[in-house]
Amino acid sequence: MKRLRRLGVLIALVVVAAGCTGEAGGGAGERKTGAILPAYGDSLIEASIGNVSSLIPNITSDSASHEVGDLMYNGLVTLDRDLNVVGELAKSWKLAKDCLTLDFQLNPTVRWHDGKPMTADDVVFTWETTVNPKTPSPYKSDFQDVERVEAAGPHDVRVVYKRPYAKALLSWALPILPRHLLESYVKAGKIKEAPQNWTAPVGTGPYRFKEMKSGEKIVVVANPEYFKGRPNISRVVYRIIPSQATIFLEVKAKGVDVAGLTALQYKRQTEYPAFEKAYNKYRYPGAGYTYFGFNLKDPRFADRRVRLAFAHAINKQGLLDGVVLGLGRPATGSFRPGTWADNPAVKGIPYDLKRAQTLLAEAGWKRSDGGLLEKDGKPFTFELLTNQGNDERKKIAEIIQASLRELGVTVEIRILEWAAFLKEHIKKRQFDAIVLGWGTGADPDQYVVWHSSQMGPDDLNHISYSNPEVDALLEAGRSSCHQAERVRFYHRLHQVLADDQPVIFLYWRDALPVVSNRIFGIDPGPAGIKWNFTDWFVPKHLQRYTAG
Amino acid sequence: MLAYALRRLLLALPLLLGITFVSFVVIHLAPGDPSELQSGDLSMQHSAQAYKQMREEYGLDKSLPVQYWNWLSRLVRLDFGRSFAPDGRPVLAKIGERLPITLLLNVVEMLIIVSLAVPIGVLSATRQYSTFDKITTMFVFIGFATPDFWLALLLMILFGVRLDWLPVSGLRSLNWEYLSFWRQQWDFLGHLALPILVATFGGLAGFSRYMRQSMLEVIRQDYIQSARAKGLAERVVVGKHALRNALLPIVTILGLSLPGLIGGSVIVEWIFAIPGMGQLMVQAAFERDYPVLMGNLVIVSTLTLTANLAADIAYSLVDPRIRVGRRRR
Repeated sequence: MKRLRRLGVLIALVVVAAGCTGEAGGGAGERKTGAILPAYGDSLIEASIGNVSSLIPNITSDSASHEVGDLMYNGLVTLDRDLNVVGELAKSWKLAKDCLTLDFQLNPTVRWHDGKPMTADDVVFTWETTVNPKTPSPYKSDFQDVERVEAAGPHDVRVVYKRPYAKALLSWALPILPRHLLESYVKAGKIKEAPQNWTAPVGTGPYRFKEMKSGEKIVVVANPEYFKGRPNISRVVYRIIPSQATIFLEVKAKGVDVAGLTALQYKRQTEYPAFEKAYNKYRYPGAGYTYFGFNLKDPRFADRRVRLAFAHAINKQGLLDGVVLGLGRPATGSFRPGTWADNPAVKGIPYDLKRAQTLLAEAGWKRSDGGLLEKDGKPFTFELLTNQGNDERKKIAEIIQASLRELGVTVEIRILEWAAFLKEHIKKRQFDAIVLGWGTGADPDQYVVWHSSQMGPDDLNHISYSNPEVDALLEAGRSSCHQAERVRFYHRLHQVLADDQPVIFLYWRDALPVVSNRIFGIDPGPAGIKWNFTDWFVPKHLQRYTAG
Repeated sequence: MLAYALRRLLLALPLLLGITFVSFVVIHLAPGDPSELQSGDLSMQHSAQAYKQMREEYGLDKSLPVQYWNWLSRLVRLDFGRSFAPDGRPVLAKIGERLPITLLLNVVEMLIIVSLAVPIGVLSATRQYSTFDKITTMFVFIGFATPDFWLALLLMILFGVRLDWLPVSGLRSLNWEYLSFWRQQWDFLGHLALPILVATFGGLAGFSRYMRQSMLEVIRQDYIQSARAKGLAERVVVGKHALRNALLPIVTILGLSLPGLIGGSVIVEWIFAIPGMGQLMVQAAFERDYPVLMGNLVIVSTLTLTANLAADIAYSLVDPRIRVGRRRR
């Protein structure tokens, strides 16, 4: 088993070396000389802007907690390089044809960090914890269709669903929690007060908790008894640095090994030999897209021709170049490019001012003598809202303002603090138009964003979009658990949304991480770069942090 | 004297109550609430159900007076409650782990500022319009005009990246636990050097100006003339007769800045990744973490009231005019 894994690393290396020429530059030459063999040891230092709010990732949604949690916990399943579901704690599984029962066979050799064996009972407990009304879990909705979870044997779990649920398998990527340590806290509704939440987390993952200094750093060390074999890098330090500028300077001073860069830093401030010698830069499509959305209750925007006209008036590639220096891709819809739900046949709406003008004229909007667009004597003026602290969105708003001025439309930009923006405008639907983004998960279900039943004040269909065909496709897509079937629904949905433009899909920004080039084994793919983290290694002669 | 102190102490209580009430209301007036931010941060995983549950858990579904009453009744038992941030930890634990580093930074900074500002102020006052005075004036204006974050970044680039003399950010090196005791202290000092330098630069400007101004006023007084007429050495005139009196306003300002010692410098902590009070409070404000905000407020206002009281008592001890005034009453 172990030998196989090693082989995997070597193959991955070849891929990296081949891929290096374009993006990663500097290190490529070194890599081709001599055999680079995996080795144990060294520390990896990663920087993050966000604070870690819990060491039990099941009860938090911030990305920092999840990144650290991923090192210490495992789910029954996980995602591979190409976002396919593969087994983790589960050796195998079987999903019934009717999608109503799901059987997992667990790996019997897995042990908790405290030495106790992990069993089917812990899986049952994790489910009980998640659905317990006293547990503040953001993942409850993944389990609302579960009728029961039972331990069919010490290493066999059976999940029974009330109705087919598309994300059934994927939802079990949820970190599995130890019953013997957490049960009393969960029963009392005090999971946040458990020592595992802050000072002594216990999971099954490749790294064990060492120490945490609140707001400063978290240190984890390799778990020598990890069931998939000890990870190569022996210590990971997760530093919390709230300022992006400081992170960048730390990278330049070689104080940080892994960090995400901004587009400007990536493109303009790291193109010098010393930097390229020390770091490899990576670039892959991120999981979030940015859009220009409308309040569809406003009759002006309810007219599809107006939205299409606006889409034609915005030069998406130009916007992408201006806002993120071209480090992204124009969006045609809301499915992550390159994943199975994404329909590559859908074409984007081309930049075409003539067409935009024709469409607006068809919708009854005429240019007045002053050059302003008018209908029934009223000029076309609206307010474009976005949140403070996001420079990209501010720039986008300015570009939209300039683009629509060409059509005679007056746009007023307003930038608001996040909490006020959400409460006073988004939740109350008090806006004309917005610039915002959506993050997408591994599953393509987007019921909560587009379905017409999701227009309540606390729901996420802020734009009040209602389209019977979209509703039907969303329902069909989430009630099947077979990818082959779901593909059809989502490809069609992609096309319908692109034709209707309920929002103007702007772009998917790229993730732009840099990694110290003493680290080998990185194999970037649709899942990003961290998916095979336990295979990363530093060759003996390049190891920097040898103490401990 | 004792009666006076007691009376002041009793008066401080309703004042504290008033401060907390007004702050409580004002803090809750800001739009948005923590459950909204946590359940509605616009990732698709979240649901309306999670939001409602959180509101109940935090007691935000109750009316504002009820919320205040609940908070207050816990406070009198010295229970500051648990944070509304996703970590849900006790407020006192959160403040407790952040306070020492902020206190250390600010005390050291204050000591440096005072020990530099006093001589600078005295020298530029006694040599008014001399080259030294002009240079320090210029320096002071540069200090006033330089944004903290910009200076911090420049120093980080120079000392951290180009010269590689000092660490860029943080409090300790990553191999800290493997160093010897003295190396650990040296490492810690190295990490504090830049933040203290940046924080001192801005503060020094203000303080040395105050000192100069106060000194200028004193040396024009008649009693300084008489001291000189008496034939005392200039050193004694300035160092003994003038300085003592000129220091009085400075002591007042120092007293007032006492509560600021635990406030922390937001920008310095932010840029240098120092997990102190400033960072905690800013984050609490963005997250609408009411218990942490209120907890900090109670501590700061108690400290302010105590400092005021202490200052008043100290005055009456030091300054005969105030003491006489009280007796006559």
